[in-house]
Amino acid sequence: MDVKRRNFLKIAGLSAAAGLGASSAFTQLFKGDALASEEGHGGETAGHAAPAQGEHKAEDTEFQYGMVIDIPKFAANKGLAEKCIAACHYEHNVPDFGNPKDEIKWIWLDDYEHSFPDASQYKRNAGLNDLPVLLTCNHCANPPCVRACPTQATFKNDHGVVIMDFHRCIGCRFCMAACPYGARSFNWRNPREQYANGNYKFFKHGLNPNYPTRMRGVVEKCNFCPERLAVGKPPACVEATGDTKAMVFGNINDPNSEIAKVLNSNFTIQRNPAAGTKPSVFYII
Amino acid sequence: MYDKGKVLTGLAIFVAIVTFPVWYDLVHAQHVPKLEKPTLSKKCVADIAYMRTSHMVLLDNWRNEVVREEKRKMIDVEGKPYAKSLQMGCMKCHPDQKKFCDECHTYADVDPFCWDCHFQPQKETK
Repeated sequence: MDVKRRNFLKIAGLSAAAGLGASSAFTQLFKGDALASEEGHGGETAGHAAPAQGEHKAEDTEFQYGMVIDIPKFAANKGLAEKCIAACHYEHNVPDFGNPKDEIKWIWLDDYEHSFPDASQYKRNAGLNDLPVLLTCNHCANPPCVRACPTQATFKNDHGVVIMDFHRCIGCRFCMAACPYGARSFNWRNPREQYANGNYKFFKHGLNPNYPTRMRGVVEKCNFCPERLAVGKPPACVEATGDTKAMVFGNINDPNSEIAKVLNSNFTIQRNPAAGTKPSVFYII
Repeated sequence: MYDKGKVLTGLAIFVAIVTFPVWYDLVHAQHVPKLEKPTLSKKCVADIAYMRTSHMVLLDNWRNEVVREEKRKMIDVEGKPYAKSLQMGCMKCHPDQKKFCDECHTYADVDPFCWDCHFQPQKETK
């Protein structure tokens, strides 16, 4: 067939235009069908409300445990923050390797500047940095660590608490990379190393025989003490604050709970809210 | 038959070598595991035959129920409550890991990693 260059270009141009138009026309015409077939391909997502692409969102739970940490009360009670840390780390047999590189922490102290780096530091009140800011896992309503975990060792339970199932952790540390708050620690060493006389090397606060330790190669973090909540006790750190009300714990989704009232009557801030993780730990500065 | 002596001797040696594992085991018979029975109670959370073959399944289910599903209700056996827990449940009646767990695990050459994290009651004081 003898086709002139001019005619060939004309036909090619028209076909290209028709091709481009056709796909959009089809999606307009058969919108419902197209979506249905996409969902069918999705396999895993079928059945859920299809989230928009690029948007990761965990479903909110009806019940969401949260915590309000009242920093001025910690500043007024010297040593209270350290008491909370000791109570938690004893309760859960958190080892102290005496070395920041191997550090394991469930709840820890930092200064304002590094706790809230997204808040403006310009002309900030210099005294703010002397406040003891207690940091822990934020038990996000939309936890990025849970999405990152390939074995579902970390998951959000019915109470909105982000929990570790240590048995299932393979030590890949994806969750540590995913957590914007540095709330997770990895056991680089065996926490149960012993001296020749059989004493444990790293349990500075003594050993709680009612809670297991972890093994080497496992990630750990604060779990809001589900084993204590189950028997009606508050988390260990909250208990350690006693009557100071420096920490208020409860269901933030229940408008009649103490914590909801505290949240309602105070100005609180959260760590890195822009990450969209919906942290459940709130701070009164 | 030619070379009767040689053939029979060879045959005898062959049989001896082939059946060696049987002979060896008869001489070096391992003791059959004998578990330390609990003194506190007579009845376990499930029947003995099930516990013997499938206690690991039970423990796995308990772990999933307690850690993942918050089903922490105590198990009631003849009016006595038992926690769904290795450390806080099983070890209350079977306090000695060496005489109870290891007895069979060593015999069957299995090496579960329960004790990498969980404690047995004796170690409390350390």
